[in-house]
Amino acid sequence: MTINENEKRVIGRFRFMNEQAVNLDGFATPAPELGLIAFDSPHDPLPSIVIRDGVVVEMDGRGEDAFDALDEFIARHGIDIGIAEEAMAIDSLQFARQLVDPYESRESLVRLASGMTPAKLAEVLARLTAAELVIAMTKMRARKTPSNQAHVTNRSDDPLLLAADAATAAAFGFREIETTVPVLADAPSNAVAVSVGAAVGSPGVLVQCSVEEAMELALGMRGLVSYAETVSLYGTEQIFIEGDDTPWSKAFLTSAYASRGIKMRVTSGGGAEALMGGAERCSMFYLEARCVALARAMGAQGVQNGGIDSAAVAGSVPGGVRSLMAENLMVMLRNLESCTGNDALMSESHVRRTSRTHPIFIAGSDFICSGFGSIQRYDNMFGPSQWNAEDIDDFLAMQRDWGVDGGLKTAREDDVEGLRSRATEAVSAVYGWLGLGDFTASWAQQAVDAAGSKDIADADLMLPVNASATIMDTNVTMLDVIAALAENGFDVEAQRCLDMLKARVQGDYLQTSAIFDEDMNVLSLVTDPNDYAGPGTGYKPSIARQAEIDTIRQQVSVDDLRVQQRQYRTFELRVIGTAETSHDPRDVVIGVSPATGRDIWQTLSGLLVCDVLEELMAGLEEEGCVGRIIRINDSIDLGKIGLAAAQLSGSGIGIGLQGKGTALIHRHDLAPLANLELYSVAPTLTARLYRLMGINAGRHAKSMTPEPMRNPYSDEAIEARYHTKVVALVAIERECSSNSASEMLEMVK
Amino acid sequence: MSRGYSGIDVDRISVDDVRRGDLTLEDIRIHPETLEHQAQVAEEHGNPQLASNFRRAAELTRFKDDEIMQLYEALRPHRSTVEELQTIADDLESRDAPLNAALFAQAASVYQRRGLARK
Repeated sequence: MTINENEKRVIGRFRFMNEQAVNLDGFATPAPELGLIAFDSPHDPLPSIVIRDGVVVEMDGRGEDAFDALDEFIARHGIDIGIAEEAMAIDSLQFARQLVDPYESRESLVRLASGMTPAKLAEVLARLTAAELVIAMTKMRARKTPSNQAHVTNRSDDPLLLAADAATAAAFGFREIETTVPVLADAPSNAVAVSVGAAVGSPGVLVQCSVEEAMELALGMRGLVSYAETVSLYGTEQIFIEGDDTPWSKAFLTSAYASRGIKMRVTSGGGAEALMGGAERCSMFYLEARCVALARAMGAQGVQNGGIDSAAVAGSVPGGVRSLMAENLMVMLRNLESCTGNDALMSESHVRRTSRTHPIFIAGSDFICSGFGSIQRYDNMFGPSQWNAEDIDDFLAMQRDWGVDGGLKTAREDDVEGLRSRATEAVSAVYGWLGLGDFTASWAQQAVDAAGSKDIADADLMLPVNASATIMDTNVTMLDVIAALAENGFDVEAQRCLDMLKARVQGDYLQTSAIFDEDMNVLSLVTDPNDYAGPGTGYKPSIARQAEIDTIRQQVSVDDLRVQQRQYRTFELRVIGTAETSHDPRDVVIGVSPATGRDIWQTLSGLLVCDVLEELMAGLEEEGCVGRIIRINDSIDLGKIGLAAAQLSGSGIGIGLQGKGTALIHRHDLAPLANLELYSVAPTLTARLYRLMGINAGRHAKSMTPEPMRNPYSDEAIEARYHTKVVALVAIERECSSNSASEMLEMVK
Repeated sequence: MSRGYSGIDVDRISVDDVRRGDLTLEDIRIHPETLEHQAQVAEEHGNPQLASNFRRAAELTRFKDDEIMQLYEALRPHRSTVEELQTIADDLESRDAPLNAALFAQAASVYQRRGLARK
């Protein structure tokens, strides 16, 4: 459908534009009445605080008698009374400037923010531009070392695939894995499978199973998962209550997790209230400011926000994407762990979704994504993510491009195959030992190889349901899983799972922004505080980590290419004498570059150089001319090679050919950089085109004016695909060039 | 600081102990003194609310899993009357859980004012 089709036919330029992916996205006219506004609704309250006898009696324009449940909880628990009056008196613009000033320490800013109301922080952060958000986030995040979180789910809750994919996610560097279920009853099985798979992949990977609050806590208490995240907060009382909780019940839940030594964070996100029709005419950012204040007031160590499931709602209004990042920064300013969204896919456009993530990616956060879909889009039971298995190589390339640590690392194919095998074996052993279910060998083989659940024909969809029922009925805990691993020879994995249980007794990972490194060290606000204070400070990858970022599996060296070229050495260009000038008017010299037939055997288009030469010779022959092949040793420049060939040629016409396939027709009396015809884009050339060049060279030799050859059209990123090879091939040409005289060659196949 | 809730020294627990079935979840649960220690760390790092959470949690270590689930359920909207919330608060007070008692007492008053209690 075209946008104006009822009115008139849309011109081609706009029909074409309308077809682009970005136009599948919804864009909303701002409507403050519906909460469809990013910042500064006319109905947002102005910041204020009144404290009487050590009690907040007015906050953000509302007296305590009119406090709703959210105001009340924030006022009673979330505002540092001793700092509030000092903090609220600071000019918002002044405070915004301090956020980007490297000489203002993070500690002094979080101290002041703890005395600020939701409306005050909303006012401050609305004043930062996109670039300022990047600087402020670089400074304000709690943990120095950035990290990333993966989603691991699939359509069939297949335990073998979950384990294989969890091990794979760990191999790619994810330090938290979040799973969920399409079928709620499968949750216990998923928790076991992902925890075992993660332990196969790496020590210290945190695992959660996102389900209904009570079930999630129950799984945590049994030790089957190691953290929780899906404890949702909303920015208006009505929506909060519709979510079947109050700030008091959520605060209790927060303590319940801590009482069992389980890390947890809460979830919120701008746009949620508007999506549910209960925004009370306030901006998304102000409502999110209330959520973040609540999170701190409840004593949660961290927040997952930045739109999350409603990111596309925020994305639909002006400034909405900026507000998502500002939400994350607000969490950091409240001295909490920030799991910075980039979770639910917010655009059909690759450009827009990259644009949404990129500033956070370069600033660095505690978790760049609160759910990078490490599995394919179709297997993501949260819905497709901003980033998915489809994009892992893109993300690794982006890390390498910017020298940025986005938490991921390259995994070798054979390593991943080994981990996937072991993960399926470990889960098979545990499920068998505990009487949860048996897997066929063909199912296991398919799970190891699978790129997604569609590749597994032999999965038994009833197994996860039955396994889950048994886990609940027989009260299986992580201790049973560890025993089963140990009994079946998975000692390393048993130890890793036990270490995760021990960690919750030690409690250090309950502190803000805690993750484990691969040696089970806790990295948190306490042990790894962000100390950014301008260039040359803050997080810097270790030499080993930088090498992981820089070394992606696709990179090739000149030596790799030299080896590759050698495989195509199926012919010989034999030297039969020194090059002599001909006086035969039918003579056309084909001048080839120094490395041709020495180190270069195949052109960029995949043709063998000998086949190219044969086509050129055949084209000349069609026009009654005779080709001679001469290697020009003293230049790698195609113009000079062609000109030298023309000057040796009896007809005065020469063809220049570089080993990589670029070719031209030259004439003896032209300047080197002038030429008659040129094929400049070697990767797109075909045998037919080289034949045509031979024909045209023959016609030029006969003083005719042939129809010029056309370079083939392509919309591919030819330069991206081939320039690294070109650099290497040119280097090889340079090595082969010398002052030695040009040589007459004979082709021997 | 690696004492489990049962008093066991967690650093000495091995996979073999688990395999022999010598342990229960009580052994690998956090001890209230550890939570008090973590509360002090949180205070030293600029987060008194996190510290309060750890102290409420320390009280809750003594409560069984299903009791905790029941207490959580009681605080959800429209589950409990104001009187029931106050009774729970009194009960928590008598069971040496004053911080959680205060949370329930405050909930009772706010739920009454905002209509969030069961009628």
